[in-house]
Amino acid sequence: MKHIRVFAALAAMVTLAACGANNDPLSNDTDSGSSNAPSAVTIGSANFAESELLAEIYAQALEAKQVQVKRQFNIGARELYLKALQDGSIDLLPEYNGALLSALSKGGAPEGVSSPEDVLAALKKALPAGTEVLDQSAAEDKDTLTVTQQTAAKYNLKTIDDLKPVAGTLSIGAGPEWQERYQGLKGLDAVYGVKFKTFKPLDAGGPLTVNALLKGQIDVGNIFSTDSAIKTNNLVVLADPRNLYLAENVLPLIRSEANNPTVSGALNAVSAKLTTENLTTYLAKVQVDKQDTAAVAKAFLTDNGLA
Amino acid sequence: MTTYLSNNWETVLTALRQHIWLALLPVVVGFVVALPVGYLGVRFPWLYHPLVNTCGVLYSIPSLALFVFLPVVLGTKILSPLNIVVALTIYTVALLARTVADGLRSVDPLVVQSATAMGYRRTRRLVDVELPVALPVILAGLRVATVANISLVSVGALIGVGGLGQLFTRGFQLFYVEPILVGVILSVLLAGAADLVIVLIQRLVTPWTRFQGGAA
Amino acid sequence: MNLSYLFDPAHWSLTADGSIPQLILSHLYYSALALLIGTVIALPIGLWIGHTGRGSFIAINAGNAGRSLPTLGLLMLMVTLLGLGLLPVLIALTMLVIPPVLTSAYAGVRAIDQRVVDAAKGVGMRPRQVLTKVELPLALPVMMSGFRSAALQVVATATVAAAVGLNGLGRLLIDGLAVNDYSRVLAGAIVVAVLAVVLDLVLAFAQRRIVSPGLRERSSR
Repeated sequence: MKHIRVFAALAAMVTLAACGANNDPLSNDTDSGSSNAPSAVTIGSANFAESELLAEIYAQALEAKQVQVKRQFNIGARELYLKALQDGSIDLLPEYNGALLSALSKGGAPEGVSSPEDVLAALKKALPAGTEVLDQSAAEDKDTLTVTQQTAAKYNLKTIDDLKPVAGTLSIGAGPEWQERYQGLKGLDAVYGVKFKTFKPLDAGGPLTVNALLKGQIDVGNIFSTDSAIKTNNLVVLADPRNLYLAENVLPLIRSEANNPTVSGALNAVSAKLTTENLTTYLAKVQVDKQDTAAVAKAFLTDNGLA
Repeated sequence: MTTYLSNNWETVLTALRQHIWLALLPVVVGFVVALPVGYLGVRFPWLYHPLVNTCGVLYSIPSLALFVFLPVVLGTKILSPLNIVVALTIYTVALLARTVADGLRSVDPLVVQSATAMGYRRTRRLVDVELPVALPVILAGLRVATVANISLVSVGALIGVGGLGQLFTRGFQLFYVEPILVGVILSVLLAGAADLVIVLIQRLVTPWTRFQGGAA
Repeated sequence: MNLSYLFDPAHWSLTADGSIPQLILSHLYYSALALLIGTVIALPIGLWIGHTGRGSFIAINAGNAGRSLPTLGLLMLMVTLLGLGLLPVLIALTMLVIPPVLTSAYAGVRAIDQRVVDAAKGVGMRPRQVLTKVELPLALPVMMSGFRSAALQVVATATVAAAVGLNGLGRLLIDGLAVNDYSRVLAGAIVVAVLAVVLDLVLAFAQRRIVSPGLRERSSR
C-alpha cells in the first residue's frame, strides 16, 4: 500500500537524520557553539547545590575569557563523577582538597595532615595521572555531623567524641556513599569509635537529610558547613577535635589536557576571590531565595570584578 | 510558577529539547528493529513463546540498572546520552516485538488465504496485506512505547543525564516545587503530543479503520 | 559481570538490616499497598463507567494519560510537598496503578455481550445479581490482564522509592551507584527482574484459577 511505503521511507529518513545529527542534540550543550571545538571544556558538578553553583561560577568565568564551555551538572557523588573525569566525559569540576585526598588515599588521609597547605601538598601527590588541581581558595565547606538543639541538650553533645557513648541508640542520615567512605561511617568508627545504631541513606547534605533531622526521623545528619539551614534552624554542629574532616578548601580539579594559561588564569582569579563567607552568602541566595544558579553565579562574578 | 519559568526558560527549553531526542530516537530505532524481530516470531511459530518471555524479562529490568550497566557492556563513556538511547531502544524493542507478533497473528487467516489465492507471494503479502491489517494493533503498541519512553528518560537524571529529569533533581535538591512541577507538566504534555501525532499517523496510514466505527 | 554481591551469603540473611530478603519484603510491601489502594479506587470507577457508559472518555484515555506521568518527577514532587516518608511514595505509586486498572475494568465490562446480560435479566436476576454473577465474572479476564500489567509496572517502578530515602530493591541500585559497586547494582537488577517474572507467573496462575473455565481461551495474554 502506498501509504505504508511512504511511512516506512519517512521513518528511515528520520532515523538516518537522527544518527547523522548524533553529536549535537544528544550533547548537553547550553551554549550555541559547536560541540567539537578543540578548546571546549566540559564542566561537571556533584549532586548538591553548592557544587553546582561553583561549577556555574567556573563556567561563566571561562566564558568571560572566550573559552567554550559545556555543562554537565548534577552527576552524582564523587565515586561516580571521578569516573566521568577519568574517562574524559568531563574535564573540570569544583572539588574540596581534604575530601578528595581522603577519597584517593586508602584508609583515609595520612596522620597529622590537616592544615590547608599540608592537605594540598599531599593531594598533589595522590592525584591520578592526567589530572591536576589549580590554586585553592580560602573558602571551605566541611562535612559536619549536626544535631538539633534538643538532641544536643539531651545528650550533652558538643563534639563528635561526645557521641561515642550514645551513638549505639542513635540514627544518622547522609548520602548513601557514606557507608563506605572513610570520611563517613568507616572513619567515624576508626577515629572516634562511634558506631551508630542505624544509617539512613538520604542525600549528601541535601534537603532530605535536613528535613529528616528537623522532623526527628534521624538524630544526626551530615550537613555541609555552608548550608544556611544550620543557622536558620539553630542546629548544632559537633566539633571535630581529631580532625577526621580535614581542611576542605574549594579548588578546581582539571584534566591536564584541558588545562592552559587562559583556563588556569580565569579559575585562579575566581579562587582568589572566594571566601567561606561569600560562598555561604551566595549559596543562601540559591538555597533560600531560590534564585537561579546562573544568575547568582553571574552576580558573584560581577560583584568581584571577574566578569 | 510563572516567575520560575520566566527566569529559567532557557534551562527548561534545553532540557525539553534533550528530552525529546532521548525519547524519540529510541522509538524510531526500536520500531525499525522490532518489525523484523516480531515477524520472525510469527514466521517461525516455535519462536513465539521464547520471544515473548525474553521480551517480558527485558522489560522488567529496572531502567536505572540498565543505564548504569550499558557503559560497562558497550564501552561508552559513563555520562554519554547514548546509554540512555540504547537502553530505551531495548525497552522499545521488548515492547514492540511482542506487539508486532501479536498484531500479525491477529490477522484473520481468511484474509491471508484470499491474498495467497490472489497470487501474493510471502513477502508481498506481508508488506501489502498482513502488515497493514496488523497496523492498528502495532501502532497502539507504538503509542504505549513512546509514552513509556518519555517517562523513562527522566530517570536518567539520577546519573546526570536526563532531559526534563534534570528539572526534577534540581528542584529536589533545593526542595523547590516549581521546577519539578514544570518538568512533570511538560513531560505529560510532551507525551500527550507524541500520542496525538501517532494517532494522526494511524488515521493517515490506515484510513479504512475510520469507517469501522471504533478506532483504537 | 560481577555477581559477588548477589552470591554473598551475608546479604541473604533474614535478620540483617538492608539484606536482600528484607529489601524484597519492603519492595513487595510498597507494591502491594499501592496495588491494593489503586485497585480499590479504580475498579469501582471503571466498572461504573463501563456499566453506565457515562464518562467513557475518561476511562479510555486514563490509560495513556497515566502512563505519561513521569514517576520520578511525581515522586520528587510528592516528597517536596509532603516531606519524607511512605505517604508520598505511596501516592506516586498508586497513581501508576489507577490508569491500567480503570481502563481494563471499563474495557472488560464493555466487552460483555449485551445479550448475556439480557438473558440474565430474563431469567429473573436482580441488578445486583446480574453484576456479581454475570458481569463481573465475564469481565474478569480483561480486568486480570490490567491488574497484572499494573502489578508488573509497580514492581519495576518501586525501585525509585530508594531515590527518596526509602527501602525496597532500588536501595541496591542507588547505593551501588553511590559507592561505585557494580556488583550491587547488578544484584539489584537481577533480583527485581526475577521478582517481576515470578510475580507474573503467580498472577497468571491466579488468573487461571479465578477466571471461569468457559472463558479461559480468551484470557490468555
